[in-house]
Amino acid sequence: MKNIFKYLKGYRGVFGIAILSIIIATVMQLATPILIKYAVDSIIGEVPAGNLQFLMDAFGKNLMAVVWLMIGINFIGGIFLFLKGYLSSYAAENIAQNIRDSLYRQIQYMTYEQHTKKETGDMIQRCTSDVETIRRFLGVQIVDLGRIVIMITLSVAIMMSLNVRLTIYAIALIPILFAFSYIFFTKIQKTFKKSDEAEGTLTTVLQENLSGVRVVRAFGREKFEIDKFEEVNSNYRNITYKLVETLAMFWSSSDLLTLLQSGIVLVVGASMVITGNLTIGTLIAFITYESMLLWPVKQSGRLLSELGKTTVAITRIEEILNETIEKDLPTEIEPEIEGSITFDHVNFAYPDGKLALEDISFKLEKGKTLGILGSTGSGKSTLVHLIQRLYEYEGSIKIDDHELSTIKKQWIRRKIGLILQEPYLYAKTVKENIGITDKRYEETQIFEAAKTASIHDNILEFKEGYETIVGEKGVSLSGGQKQRVAISRTIIDPDKRILIFDDSLSAVDTETDMKIRRALKKRSKDVTTLIISHRITTLSEADYIIVLDEGKMIQSGTHKDLIDEDGLYKRIWDLQKMVV
Amino acid sequence: MENSKEMKLKYDKTVWKEMFIYFRTFKKDFMILCCFMISLAVIDLSFPLLTQYAIDTYVEPQKLEGLWLVAVGYGILTIAMTLIVFTFIKFAGKIEMGLLYKMRKDSFEKLQKLSFSYYDKNAIGWMIARTTSDASKISGTVAWGVVDLVWGIAMMFGISIVMLIQNWRLALVTLITVPLLAIISVFFEKKMLVSYRNVRKINSKITGLFNDGIVGARTTKTLVREELNREEFGAETYDMKRTSVRAGTLSAGYLPMALFVSAIGMVLTLYFGSVYLAGGLITYGKLVLFITYARMFFDPVLELARIYTEMISAQAAAERVMSLINENEDIKENSEVLALYGNHYEQKIENWEPLIGNVEFEHVDFYYNEGEYILQDFNLKVKKGQTIALVGETGSGKSTIVNLACRFYEPTGGRILIDGKDYKERSQNWLHANIGYVLQSPHLFSGSIKENIRYGKLDASDEEIIEAAKIVNAHEFISKLEKGYDTEVGEGGGMLSTGEKQLISFARAIISKPKIFFLDEATSSIDTETEAKIQYAIDNVLEDRTSFIIAHRLSTIRSADVILVIEKGKVIEQGNHHELMENHGHYYELYTNQFIEEGERDLLNQHERKNEEKEDGKKKSA
Repeated sequence: MKNIFKYLKGYRGVFGIAILSIIIATVMQLATPILIKYAVDSIIGEVPAGNLQFLMDAFGKNLMAVVWLMIGINFIGGIFLFLKGYLSSYAAENIAQNIRDSLYRQIQYMTYEQHTKKETGDMIQRCTSDVETIRRFLGVQIVDLGRIVIMITLSVAIMMSLNVRLTIYAIALIPILFAFSYIFFTKIQKTFKKSDEAEGTLTTVLQENLSGVRVVRAFGREKFEIDKFEEVNSNYRNITYKLVETLAMFWSSSDLLTLLQSGIVLVVGASMVITGNLTIGTLIAFITYESMLLWPVKQSGRLLSELGKTTVAITRIEEILNETIEKDLPTEIEPEIEGSITFDHVNFAYPDGKLALEDISFKLEKGKTLGILGSTGSGKSTLVHLIQRLYEYEGSIKIDDHELSTIKKQWIRRKIGLILQEPYLYAKTVKENIGITDKRYEETQIFEAAKTASIHDNILEFKEGYETIVGEKGVSLSGGQKQRVAISRTIIDPDKRILIFDDSLSAVDTETDMKIRRALKKRSKDVTTLIISHRITTLSEADYIIVLDEGKMIQSGTHKDLIDEDGLYKRIWDLQKMVV
Repeated sequence: MENSKEMKLKYDKTVWKEMFIYFRTFKKDFMILCCFMISLAVIDLSFPLLTQYAIDTYVEPQKLEGLWLVAVGYGILTIAMTLIVFTFIKFAGKIEMGLLYKMRKDSFEKLQKLSFSYYDKNAIGWMIARTTSDASKISGTVAWGVVDLVWGIAMMFGISIVMLIQNWRLALVTLITVPLLAIISVFFEKKMLVSYRNVRKINSKITGLFNDGIVGARTTKTLVREELNREEFGAETYDMKRTSVRAGTLSAGYLPMALFVSAIGMVLTLYFGSVYLAGGLITYGKLVLFITYARMFFDPVLELARIYTEMISAQAAAERVMSLINENEDIKENSEVLALYGNHYEQKIENWEPLIGNVEFEHVDFYYNEGEYILQDFNLKVKKGQTIALVGETGSGKSTIVNLACRFYEPTGGRILIDGKDYKERSQNWLHANIGYVLQSPHLFSGSIKENIRYGKLDASDEEIIEAAKIVNAHEFISKLEKGYDTEVGEGGGMLSTGEKQLISFARAIISKPKIFFLDEATSSIDTETEAKIQYAIDNVLEDRTSFIIAHRLSTIRSADVILVIEKGKVIEQGNHHELMENHGHYYELYTNQFIEEGERDLLNQHERKNEEKEDGKKKSA
């Protein structure tokens, strides 16, 4: 509950005015029945006006005045009702925007390590439906709750002022109705959940059937599948029907309570009028207030049960907001980068304690190329991730003469292009994906980059050409195409001093691989390059090659050195020779 | 643009007519529901009448005796109302669920019959949305729409009639604001419909950006795109706020406006009522009755406006669902085949002749779009027991040949003969019961391993399942699992590795001892150990069977009886491995490249494996 108010920050004033508006609107709404009573009792009838004597004094026995007064208060009430709706929606949407923005910001700057630990579906759930829960609470439920409280307090107060005895009869069943509603809505959550789960199962069966349609057809299992679907389909129907039955039970019983309550007022009130203890106008006012009172009581149970959901949503969001993010230290610098890299006894262990790199040392001059060979899990990807400061390392890595850990993360990442083996393309057009790092890239620059990465002609073959949407919702590209788009979006920046290919040509055929590397060499002569590959033809062109195994460097040297040594490198080289 | 928006906001009669014809089996249920709603409206009307009676008969003349009659009447109405509310909610719920069930069932059955060309054209997500959210939107709108519609209309008619009978002049005064109220309601409802549609659109964009931000986190970091991403995201959330506040303003304005109009109606009633009362034209009770009715008119008017827009908003969903249910099936059996071989539901297995395994493509053409041939004048004769390897680049037409042979598509020209007879002369089920099929990326269903293997032969005993697993070398790894054959594979087989899934899909394919075997070999590299197992499984499976293989592994290709090298839908080279190597043509080039790639990968993997063994050794000695 405390947390909820934290999110109101900056909009407390707006909410304050919204609440004030509700009060005014409610007062206006409640004034109508009194005026009707006044008109019926004191203007048409002869009953003394009581509290409303001032009206009688001001206007006399004038029906027209009451009519205008009623129109007036309904008008004012309407305006404040609108204000309440507008202001609460304004505040809620602004707060929701702030929450969304800060969640997104958090996701952008959360350390890579934290990201690897999170589950995508769960994160998206928190960022979308949990925010929605909070927004609805702030925009709709908080003011509704306020309205209900004010409505109940005021109408009970007015009824009290009219007739205490009848008021007691009039609110006799309300606590029961309230308790009934609250307990019911708290309990029924489980049934709602069951129905949701049943629908989830249904969707899963459907999804598996559709994505496995080839299997279904090849085995001729259409009937089997139809039977399977029939089971989940009817199961969902039955469970949800049970839910509706329970709801029918609730609504009918709460209607029963409501009607009983109204009936009590009618019969008791009528007999009080007959015995002369009550005016007829007061009875009419009571009947009206009763109907105004009962509806919000019925709703309050549901609202209160929603409150629990909001608290849960807030804790789930705070969990994300409290994660560690990448921050620049004030001592970190932005030096000019030439491009030489020195590893000096570098170690790296994952948080679970597993040693991923052990005592790695090498030196790479500016403009030279380093080839890296190693099997899956040998630590080669980790090694290049360190150079981009995605993880913190032990030992010393120097870029030119600067210790890597003293250079600002974003600065060094900008200077180093890292192309991943399985790159992620954004849900945008191919063109936007290639020019993704800067909106100012011109078409010619984008085409140029695509040509260098040998993807230009492929893109032109797409129906929509460069305007083809890729990514999750768009056309799915082949692994090789994705890799080449990733290469073009990295090399489009002429300012990169170091390029790292993390097996990022693996899905491209050998010929194209070579073509791309030639084009790159021509384009940027003095760029330092690191290439992870399992292709000896690729590696053999490197100035220096290291072979990694289980995080250790087991071989290093030039191509010439390595083919003279007995080892993994030579064995692969021999295979190559055998064929040619 | 503005115009097309307006167009979509029109109520489309034809869609709903089609829908109601489709739902005609529920006619009786709908009639009963209508009866309930009308009686509910009658009871709703009776309460104020009872109040009026009480005031005029007992309160006004100050007569206490007989008041108990009012209490009894009130009690009866209360009980009747409670019962009707209970039953109508139940009944409407039953109809809602019934409609939903029917739409889902029909959609699903249709999806089982539609050919692959439908699946090629439509995304799976699209089909899921039709069957789940669209269907549920329609059933909700229709079932509860009828409830509100009938109740609303009955209420409005009832109130008007009672008022007109009681005092037609005052009735006209009360009703004067109703048209205005209706116009305001429809106007606002429509505006809100458009507004909230926009909000949802932006919302799905925001979800997409969150997805990009979370899944593409590493890419964002390596590209240093945090700032730009935030800018783009900020633009969307800003847009979201603006649009939502707009929508919020509309709904904030709607209710006060409607309430005000309704209040004017009430004030008018009060004024003229009081005048008439003073003139002795009506009684006290009548005045109260009219004031109450004036307020009661409010709900049905708003309800009707809401249903109207809801129907408009569900229209698109209705169109989509009906188009799925009425979709034409590409591959249809002719009636003779159906009579002899049976359909999906009743397969007349007793009439099925055994399949031997000779397959022949005779001048086969195939295209999706007329003129764009994927395959043209394709001829191939495969004898029982032969292995055919299909080699070529992605998109060359390899899978088309397999899909045609499986009759997932039918040739657009020429014939495909199985055991010398056009396969259209026998049922799809007959063919599919005799083939085994393994996909490139194995697809498993959630359930246990046992259930997944049994998918290939529904009446297979546990022994048969184990037997099949042994043949494909899967038994060993399955028995090592804690729950063995009862291990749950998870959604899409997610709990198993790709290699393991592949082995299970092999077992599933061979358990029914198929005569023709189709295999789309996996390209992704799997760990060496599983790879060897799969190789062994393939060798075992191919023996004595006619097989078509979309081949990637050299050993598979080498041992094939016939290798077809396919480029752009044409067979450019044909022969066995030795013949083709001597040709020094396309195959030769493909083979050598592949050989190097595979060799490099193997060496790296072997290396890795040796290390693991070493590690194991170390652990043991320690």
